Amino acid sequence: MPELWEFTKLVRSKNAGPFELTFDIMFKDREGFDKVVNSGTISEEAIARLYKVERAQMRYFLIPELLTVKVSIPRGAFSGDVKDTDVYGGQFHGPLLRLPIE
Amino acid sequence: MKKKIKAVAATGNLSTGFREDTLVRAVEGADFLGCDAGSTDSGPYYLGSGRARGPRAATKRNLRLMLREALKAGIPMIVGSAGHAGGRPHLAWTVEIVRELATENGWHFTLASIDSEVEREVVLEAFRRGEISPLRPAPQLTEQTIRTAERFVAMMGIEPIQAALRKGAQVIIAGRCSDVAIYAALPVLEGIPACVAFHAGKILECGAASAEQRQYPDCMVAELEQGGFKVEPPNPAFRCTPQSVAAHALYETADPYHLVESGGALDTTQAEYSRVNDRAVWVTGSRFIPAAKHTVRMEGATLAGYRSVVVAGIRDPLVLRQLDPFLATLRTVVEQKIADSLGLAPDAYTLQFRIYGRDGVMGAFEPAPRVEGHEVGLVIDVVADTQELAADILPLVWHTGLHHPVAEHQGLISNFAFPFSPPGMNAGPVYRFCVNHVWELKDPCEPFRTKIEAI
Repeated sequence: MPELWEFTKLVRSKNAGPFELTFDIMFKDREGFDKVVNSGTISEEAIARLYKVERAQMRYFLIPELLTVKVSIPRGAFSGDVKDTDVYGGQFHGPLLRLPIE
Repeated sequence: MKKKIKAVAATGNLSTGFREDTLVRAVEGADFLGCDAGSTDSGPYYLGSGRARGPRAATKRNLRLMLREALKAGIPMIVGSAGHAGGRPHLAWTVEIVRELATENGWHFTLASIDSEVEREVVLEAFRRGEISPLRPAPQLTEQTIRTAERFVAMMGIEPIQAALRKGAQVIIAGRCSDVAIYAALPVLEGIPACVAFHAGKILECGAASAEQRQYPDCMVAELEQGGFKVEPPNPAFRCTPQSVAAHALYETADPYHLVESGGALDTTQAEYSRVNDRAVWVTGSRFIPAAKHTVRMEGATLAGYRSVVVAGIRDPLVLRQLDPFLATLRTVVEQKIADSLGLAPDAYTLQFRIYGRDGVMGAFEPAPRVEGHEVGLVIDVVADTQELAADILPLVWHTGLHHPVAEHQGLISNFAFPFSPPGMNAGPVYRFCVNHVWELKDPCEPFRTKIEAI
């Protein structure tokens, strides 16, 4: 089964300020964007489940003109705090890349 | 009022730099040169400790070229968020470099330095008057947390920069400052609509990052007019496309369409990005919604303790297959040892086992917290009230762990491969961001103190 990364040109996570993380999932073409979005694999519910975040705390943007799905969630620990694991928030996107796309 | 304003961003961050020839080309015919020097992105250490994020030599090189070109062209140079965190020591660090450069090169100009550090007492009074309110998510702010914080800064909007420009400042070094305000201040002063100026500022603040493939950090140029702006990289090797410029609005922002600034919010929902030529993009259609009240964002950092760490590799499959119970029993044993030898209860320090090869990177967000490889990198992380305490606790943990038994090995074993001698390191103070709040102001210049001097 194909995986998400095969349809994308960029998948990244990053701090959006010290208190939030944001994910940008940018697709190569319209066909891949439509296929993945319609599969529900990276729906609001699916990402909330994957990252164990309440949907009310999440911001989810479908940006068809940029062939992009953008998701912002609160951080578990604030950037650089005693229990933080990733100061820049740049490595939280890993689990998205290999999601199977039906 | 000028018809067009040509704005130059030297680079996305003052310490990362740009190509000299690009800057020279970019400044030709420009109305001002700006650069952002800071961020909260590297964590709370810089704000908390008062240390600037260098390297100093690179910052000095970049400031030298920027000053040289700006002075030659007779245009203002504006640096925001000096020294990374934009507090008083960070501002002083940057101004010192500017003075050095002026002396070394025989340059003379009017310098404005804008201090954005806010005294604890001032924050406390504003808090008591109910002028400080939380954003989401925010740490809880109390009088106690304000009293114990190391440092507060307020993030200035365009107004303090405009005030300095009106007073004839040629070089402006600003403490903590909205990235966008660096680039919006002068155009708005010259009559460019706020929607154009703020949107252009948002694109410019990361330097060449809005280009299609930014091979290295470099300058970016925007030409602002009444109805929109053109963005075009001055480096001929780079190009902007409608897609690359529009996509830049996503970077590091939680909401790609709404950017909240000190005096209002930029709404780019209806923005249009169109091709001027192979390398340039015309942007129009965003809106600026003025806020009913002026607010500035507050940042603050508080000391959370002192850290000592050790890196320990584990390659034994019998240990790895029972890593969780191994570390759980180790924790129980060392907590007792620490209590016995140092008289410290477990709540008097933080002991973390960071397990690379399991969930060291993502922590609680990791959907597959399992060891699947043949080795694990364990970072034992101790944070205590003093560096001495952290340094005392750490060897009790790693030495106990080194020989902590597993049932399958009968006899003394050594579980950890330490790459360094001594195994442990003192990592110094640990800070935490203690504010994510906005401060409501009557006068948007109120918390900022500007010093104007002839250099």
